[in-house]
Amino acid sequence: MSKVLLEMNHITKTFPGVKALDDVNLRVEEGEIHAIVGENGAGKSTLMNVLSGIYPFGSYEGDIVYDGEVCKFHHIKDSEKKGIVIIHQELALLPNMTIGENMFLGNERGSKYCIDWNKTYSEADKYLEMVGLTDSSKTLVKDIGTGKQQLVEIAKALAKNARLLILDEPTSSLNEKDSKALLDLMKEFKAQGMTMIIISHKLNEVSYVADKITVVRDGSTIVTLDCEKDDISEDIIIKAMVNREMTDRFPKRKNVNIGDVMMEVKNWTVYHPEFTSRKVVDDVSINVREGEVVGIYGLMGAGRTELAMSIFGRSYGIGISGTLKIAGEEVILKNPKQAIRHKLAYVTEDRKGNGLVLSNSIKHNTTLANLKALTVKDEAADRRSPIPKLVIDKDKEYEVASEYVEKLRTKTPSVEQLVGNLSGGNQQKVLLAKWMFADPDILILDEPTRGIDVGAKYEIYCIINDLVAAGKSVIMISSELPEVIGMSDRIYVMNEAKIVGEIPASEATQNNIMACIVKSGKEADGIANE
Amino acid sequence: MNTSGAKKVLKKNAMALILFFVYIFFVIMTRGEIFSASNFTSLISQNAYVFVLGTGMLMCMLTGGNIDLSVGSFVCMAGAVFGVLSVNAHLSTPIALLLIFGLGIVYGIVLGFLIAYLNIPPWIATLAGYLAFRGAGTEILNSASRTSAITGFPSSFLKLFSGKVAKSAPGASISYSCLVIGILCIIVVILMNFLTRYGKLKKGYEADSLPYVILKSVLEAAVIGLITYKLAKDGGIPVVLVWVVAILLIYNFVCEKTVIGRRFMAVGGNSETARLSGINNKHVMFGAYLNMSVLSVIAALMMVARFQSANSGAGVNFEMDAISACVVGGVSAYGGSGTVFGMVIGATLIGVINLGMSLICSKFNLNQDWQQVVKGVVLLAAVVFDIVSKSDMKWSSLFRRRKNIKEFSKENSPS
Repeated sequence: MSKVLLEMNHITKTFPGVKALDDVNLRVEEGEIHAIVGENGAGKSTLMNVLSGIYPFGSYEGDIVYDGEVCKFHHIKDSEKKGIVIIHQELALLPNMTIGENMFLGNERGSKYCIDWNKTYSEADKYLEMVGLTDSSKTLVKDIGTGKQQLVEIAKALAKNARLLILDEPTSSLNEKDSKALLDLMKEFKAQGMTMIIISHKLNEVSYVADKITVVRDGSTIVTLDCEKDDISEDIIIKAMVNREMTDRFPKRKNVNIGDVMMEVKNWTVYHPEFTSRKVVDDVSINVREGEVVGIYGLMGAGRTELAMSIFGRSYGIGISGTLKIAGEEVILKNPKQAIRHKLAYVTEDRKGNGLVLSNSIKHNTTLANLKALTVKDEAADRRSPIPKLVIDKDKEYEVASEYVEKLRTKTPSVEQLVGNLSGGNQQKVLLAKWMFADPDILILDEPTRGIDVGAKYEIYCIINDLVAAGKSVIMISSELPEVIGMSDRIYVMNEAKIVGEIPASEATQNNIMACIVKSGKEADGIANE
Repeated sequence: MNTSGAKKVLKKNAMALILFFVYIFFVIMTRGEIFSASNFTSLISQNAYVFVLGTGMLMCMLTGGNIDLSVGSFVCMAGAVFGVLSVNAHLSTPIALLLIFGLGIVYGIVLGFLIAYLNIPPWIATLAGYLAFRGAGTEILNSASRTSAITGFPSSFLKLFSGKVAKSAPGASISYSCLVIGILCIIVVILMNFLTRYGKLKKGYEADSLPYVILKSVLEAAVIGLITYKLAKDGGIPVVLVWVVAILLIYNFVCEKTVIGRRFMAVGGNSETARLSGINNKHVMFGAYLNMSVLSVIAALMMVARFQSANSGAGVNFEMDAISACVVGGVSAYGGSGTVFGMVIGATLIGVINLGMSLICSKFNLNQDWQQVVKGVVLLAAVVFDIVSKSDMKWSSLFRRRKNIKEFSKENSPS
């Protein structure tokens, strides 16, 4: 048995009114990859913040033993001095600076008063090589993709002489290929003797890379599994995480009743708003029927979000051409307002960026897309009146918001809670509530389960099933294959701005979906070669 | 009421508390002079414009921390133009008013177009007005009158924006009609407090606790009672107060209870979310600046009526007063949150400091420049206190942290 590098004993951390961590114990041995899994809000991030000194010594109980000595970190700099480096989930790079500048930000190379840029860039290149990145360290961060940015983050951590590297959801913004590359890189570091802690939702990644898995639930460590000795099947981990037997990860629908075509998009082409000659959606034709879940699978950058947003009132892209039919009638939707009026809803993948107003309450967010419904008691009477009604019925608003909180089982003390204070899964529920209240017939859900825990995912799937059971049409965009296959009635595969396959659910397998993408990629190369 | 509830209420109203203590401070320092009836009237008439412009600035700031720098200069120019129309051209008051509001609307439309549709940053677009209108206003006054100030406004206009209503009877030391109005206001406020609570309870919603509602009603009644009593002693309610109260009530209603207010909050909170929720951000920005220009005209008319003259010194630094009223009143500098009530507290605080300092200066023969210094210091202190009391920060932790850094640097210094 190798040496124990880190021991966290009986860590208890309380916030006003909440016990975020309750007697947590964690042992990490030198040279292992230790995974921490748990639902959102289980306390994983809090634990790492305690470890890295973001919550200073004294604000928690228990002790941290690192490399044989008890540590009292007051500041993140203290823990970095010891070689504990944390890479946060949200990338913390400045887009308008070069890779090199970013890498040594706050850790500048040179004398005390003057930065030595030659040294900066030559050292930066050295670390970039270690993570397998070939770009020059003088490239601006905004010019490289998110996959590479994640590698830069790791290089930045290496530059701090990391001995214990903590990666918080490192693959959450990466596609499958980049994720795989990152995980392989982790294995390589392990071989060189580095110790790592990875926090992740993605159980397949965890079982791929980890030596030990610690499950955290409700602020306590439940179990630590050794990947070599113990059974680490997904079901066992999920059970430990949510404390319930997950008979099925995707709820089955009863009485599937698919009706007429509800929305039809034909020959839809969209150009990039800045690089105006680049087609981001190329001659796409899709349709969705009443009561049907249509999945759109594609890798990142395939043009899925661009397709969805351009349909939703041309909220993305320029030079949009093609026809759009809703319930058999051709419509032109010039802006989101008209799209909403035609009973279309787009539930964004970026709930913080453009889905919710984080500084507003659950109540205000829920009703934002359909404030009109709160101003009129009798819709028919309203249509006759020439003056638009503007006064909000606050009681009705409270009722509506409470109703959705109950219906979607959003965890919150009250509907007055600011959305910014909720966990990812609950934010997603508020976002769904907002669009359900807008009373659409067709919902486009863009990555509806991104970055949320397994339990909340299951609940979101149930909501989707309820929606189609009520006769709505759902288009679900996702980059998780099992999810697309498990939920959809029909699947479109999208690659490089085009639809490259349409597969009914009964025939869909991970293999034939990936085959569509690979085949289309080859075809495209073939054309380029001719 | 439990202590955590009490703490929450105090936190929410920290600025109101600060206002109270600053006022008490000035009462002590001026030996009660600031508490006199005539100083109540001057507090109101001197600061009426801050409330009006602050309301407009609030709406601009809600859309994302946007400000309007041109209001002070526009007040000057609008006053000058109104002087020319009303005095030099002898237009009847209604027509002159119609024309001047027309000017405000035209400016608002131009400004709104520049900001909302051409995406010119608001502070640049309004900086142009800040420079141009001051010059234009002065030039108009220079050419219209030899003294560079237009006087002799018709009483039909002055009556609208200055003087008093509910005046005391000749020879009486107190205005009874004013007291009656005060009592009516108190009754309405108390009734509304209790009816709201009753309505919420009846429908099974969360409602404030009874002691809280009683305390709130008592405080509100005390404030209204004190103000109307003092005004009654001074011979009536200033007309501008009627304007100000009307504007504040209307905008409070718009912000809190209408779709329009919600749109402003959403655009300021997250403009992309607002756009994808079917809100036309451009309309909101346009509306904010159109509204600001119209309110600037009202402020201009108040200034002209108060001094009975349109002069080139009018409106200097008004934009700063309006912005600071908002910021002191807790309106977010990034947009998306802020209330009319907060702005009122902020504006009153600034007004009290101004009046109190000028009283102290004349009492102790101090140089007027000190007024500026104290104003700056008090404003900063008030905002710091407000921010710290609102956040979870504790004074002690601020200092403890400093100590840590010192210890840390000691440990790591080469020795």
